[in-house]
Amino acid sequence: MGAALSRAAQWTAAGSGTGTLETTSLNESVLNEIIKFLEDVCTTHPQEAAFIFREPLEWETELSCSVFGEETVQSEAKGKDGQPVLLRTASTVRVRSFDQLSHLLQNAMEKKSKEAQACLEANRDPIVKILGPEYGTVEGEDLSMLHLLDKVKKDDDPETETIRRIILLLHQLDLQLLNSSLKHISQDIRLNPAAVNNEVNLLKNFSGKGEDTVLESLEYTSDYMFSNGCRAPPWRQAHGEICYLVIKPHDTDPLYITCSTAGVFLNGGKDDIDYERKSDVYKDIVTFLRERSPKFVENMAKQVSGQSQNLHETPTEKNILVIFIIEFSYRTLNCRFEDISESSSETEEDEEQPIRRQEGNTDLPSEYWGIQKLAKYLKGGNPTATVIALCSMRDFNLAQETCQLAIRDVGCLEVLINLLDTEEIKCQIGSLKILKEISQNTLIRHAIADLGGLEIMVKILDSPDKDLKCLAAETIANVARFKEARRTVRQHGGIKRLVGLLGCNSVGSSSLTSYQAKDTEMARCGALALWSCSKSTKNKEAIRKAGGIPLLAKWLKCSHANILTPVAGTLQECASEPSYRLAIRTEGMIENLVKNLSSEHEELQMHCANAIFKCAEDKETRDLVRQHGGLAPLSVLLGNSENKQLLAAVTGAIWKCAISRENVSKFRECKAVEALVGLLTDQPEEVLVNTVGALGECCQEPINRTTIRKCGGIPTLVKLLTGTDQALLVNVTKAVGACAAERENMTIIDRLDGVRLLWSLLKNPNPDVQASAAWAICPCIENAKDAGEMVRSFVGGLELIVNLLKSKNKEVLASVCAAITNIAKDEENLAVITDHGVVPLLSKLANTNNDKLRRHLAEAISNCCMWGSNRVTFGETKAVAPLVRYLKSNDPSVHRATAQALYQLSEDPNNCITMHENGVVKLLLAMVGSTDETLQEAAAGCIANIRRLALATEKAKYG
Amino acid sequence: MSRRKLQQLVESLGRSAKHFNKSEVECLIKLFNALVKRPGQSNSRFAGVGFDRNMFRDTLHSAFGMTDVMLMDRVFRTFDRDNDSCISVVEWVEGLSVFLRGTLEERIKYCFEVYDLNGDGYISREEMFQMLKNSLLKQPSEEDPDEGIKDLVDIALKKMDYDHDGKLSFMDFEKAVRDENLLLEAFGPCLPDLKWQTMVFQPAPSAGL
Repeated sequence: MGAALSRAAQWTAAGSGTGTLETTSLNESVLNEIIKFLEDVCTTHPQEAAFIFREPLEWETELSCSVFGEETVQSEAKGKDGQPVLLRTASTVRVRSFDQLSHLLQNAMEKKSKEAQACLEANRDPIVKILGPEYGTVEGEDLSMLHLLDKVKKDDDPETETIRRIILLLHQLDLQLLNSSLKHISQDIRLNPAAVNNEVNLLKNFSGKGEDTVLESLEYTSDYMFSNGCRAPPWRQAHGEICYLVIKPHDTDPLYITCSTAGVFLNGGKDDIDYERKSDVYKDIVTFLRERSPKFVENMAKQVSGQSQNLHETPTEKNILVIFIIEFSYRTLNCRFEDISESSSETEEDEEQPIRRQEGNTDLPSEYWGIQKLAKYLKGGNPTATVIALCSMRDFNLAQETCQLAIRDVGCLEVLINLLDTEEIKCQIGSLKILKEISQNTLIRHAIADLGGLEIMVKILDSPDKDLKCLAAETIANVARFKEARRTVRQHGGIKRLVGLLGCNSVGSSSLTSYQAKDTEMARCGALALWSCSKSTKNKEAIRKAGGIPLLAKWLKCSHANILTPVAGTLQECASEPSYRLAIRTEGMIENLVKNLSSEHEELQMHCANAIFKCAEDKETRDLVRQHGGLAPLSVLLGNSENKQLLAAVTGAIWKCAISRENVSKFRECKAVEALVGLLTDQPEEVLVNTVGALGECCQEPINRTTIRKCGGIPTLVKLLTGTDQALLVNVTKAVGACAAERENMTIIDRLDGVRLLWSLLKNPNPDVQASAAWAICPCIENAKDAGEMVRSFVGGLELIVNLLKSKNKEVLASVCAAITNIAKDEENLAVITDHGVVPLLSKLANTNNDKLRRHLAEAISNCCMWGSNRVTFGETKAVAPLVRYLKSNDPSVHRATAQALYQLSEDPNNCITMHENGVVKLLLAMVGSTDETLQEAAAGCIANIRRLALATEKAKYG
Repeated sequence: MSRRKLQQLVESLGRSAKHFNKSEVECLIKLFNALVKRPGQSNSRFAGVGFDRNMFRDTLHSAFGMTDVMLMDRVFRTFDRDNDSCISVVEWVEGLSVFLRGTLEERIKYCFEVYDLNGDGYISREEMFQMLKNSLLKQPSEEDPDEGIKDLVDIALKKMDYDHDGKLSFMDFEKAVRDENLLLEAFGPCLPDLKWQTMVFQPAPSAGL
């Protein structure tokens, strides 16, 4: 279940180590399956259930003592070492067998899944605790099966036997879990040739004559496979078809099926393939066969369930076979998961796939012949001759593409890579020196990876020769610029080894001995390679698991720019992951990042600024940047307007840092606002986005709004509202909105027709832009002279904004409610939006738990009550009862807005009745005691209205 | 050898062979004595005085895995400073000092001496040919098997002959090696591999120490 837990279950991202399971339907079903497994195990496999875990599973329980009876509880059963199998002290439980685990869950009753969840959260890899660390779940390859086989061979003691059975059971569970989670995500899966091929091979293993096989036969219609793995003819491949199969089940006629990327279906086959689809589409061949052949289902079940019974025999070939089947199907699943997750997570820009160029043989450059001659000595010489040839080859200009390609084309690349696999250190070094140079070329990079060069270089990282390790790491750094290469490095254990290169002890000393210099060089090369590798999400995780973070932190303290650059580069790349951001803060790296902002190397400055940019989403990090004096150097760097990448990083860092108010003051002192306004023109998009974002945050301080105006920033900002880049639009609208909070600014915005531009952005398809624009409109209406007239002048504008109340996005809804609150202050406009049906639309939103939306919705309702019979309509459209419930929220701003809305609504007697029925009086009485006067007043007014109604009724009754 | 004499020798060698400390020197002297007194060699006329060519060759082969006979003879000549065809204990320790622990400069000098077969201060085209003649796989298809070697010599000269006089002076050789360390043993192995460096000081029991 290790694999399922680490891959399938959806963990919330949190600090390193612990996380919590999100409450999603997928996780719920995973939990339920696990619980069910535990229950079954105790009844069907009593012996395994009694097995004592290596280490107890330990977690904080929520179960009250009543379940256990006493405060401290021990079970009577004890393990071999005398430890009780169940021990509860205070709120911690320690359990050491499946038996007890299942009992405990049974007693937990309805809290069952809560407990299971807590247990899994506290024990991320339960298998390690149950069976011991050698069975832990490993990314990439799973060795537990092999450990097991080793043990089976070595000894026959009953313990191993039990472990063997447990591991099989757990693997079955794992498979089951993966399968069920697959169902959840299978909508996204498209079949690919490799998956089909795997499945066919698997099924073939179980096919043949005889009663017990699942199928009689299964054959491709064509033996020829195209290089992309498809067997369908090219013109059918265009329809997404992969291959065609003829399947003979035991109990039906032969089936002619088509496997396509969309799934598996029956075609109109027989003698000639008829491509027409004749059945539903199934996700894979097995699912298809399950529908078609009862015998298949039956025999398939035999194959699987037979395993556990067979296991009581001594380890036979059959058992081992079974293990491999499980392993195999598990791999296929894994491989699919890999596909999905890689494609979704790897959004980073990758270099383009190389295009094979057509090279005419007519005029080969002279270098070609020279290299060809040297190649002869590489291929047919002893180490001495080889070294001479290698050294001589380096005299060619290897930075030139002609030479790079010549080396590949005369077959030298294979020889160079083969040389890496020898024992001759001199040849290895000579070869790597060449590979390092020519791997600057994309085509060569791909060729090296294709020839298996990465695997060998990863192996070389274990060599005792430091020069050799350095060269290998540098070459890996060059080659691992594309996704597949990065994956290869990870899957062959390269990340761990590269992290190992950083692990030496000579950091910090300024005068280096030659020995320390070597170590520093090694760390530099390691960091370079990690930097290249860190562009893949999974590698980031692998670096963290290999213990890379503290080492990177250590090297970040040194003073050599040539090593700081790759280290900072790696960190800023990895800072996209929350776990790294946390580590960067807690390991004290902010201080060093800040220090290096003042370095004289622009590239290093850029990486540090980028790292701060990504990390400063957290408040504590922002505070740390200030405390270490990072805001001033950032402001200084704004003056460097030549290096655009650096500028983008710096403005980004300023933007995020400025989210904290204290930082804004500091930036003001450093005159950053003036500099930022200066950057609003003639800058590339990525600089603009960050600059405008930074200005938006700086407007938290009113004086900065004036500064922006005085520097002439308003017209440029308004002009940017006509852009198309969504990220930019979100920031610009925010900045314009922030500026509009000042009347003088508003005059300029109004004159430039900025509000109309904002309004038209409500039509943008991106909800972020919509919301941001709607928020910006609010201060504009508040501060514009003659706002009502201005709003009315936008043709169709009011209808547009009312219709946005149908959006699904909470942020859009909240922002639109806020805008409507402001629009409704003008009576004429209120009349117009009432005609557009604002009241029922608002009422429809009333049932929400989102406090932000609640607050703005209540304000909008309160303002809309002012027109005609709107109060009555709100009552009729059932907005009143939900509003009463808002008073139970924890947010005081919701209370205030709600009390005001209720006060307005209580002018209508029917609403008073509804409110009273929903218990409003008690809630409002509490609010009357509030220190917030507006809230007091509204609550009191509402109660007065209800009271008056009651008195009037009494009077009417009793005269 | 008397205790006092040994002590004196250790003292003086400790000064001249600067890469070894005293205990290492002592260890090497003992090793020398043990190897020289080896049974079967006792009737040699150099017994007790030093290594002769064959004994030294055997030692190089068994201790450092060297195989090239010609180069091993050249190593012998280089160790044998006074040209008396016998390596004395002083020559042994001083020679090993460069052989095992030499600085780059010392090793360049040493290698050049090894490769300068006739000792005229130059590595000539012919000398290179001599040293490289076994470095290629014989391909039966080629008419002139020496052609490949000649080309290889040309390649080496092109790479290392900075003053273009058709032969390598010490200056040429030194510049080439400083430029590219891999060329230190350009014409054949005459230095121990990394892995041998520590083995000398862990003598096998048969050495009788």
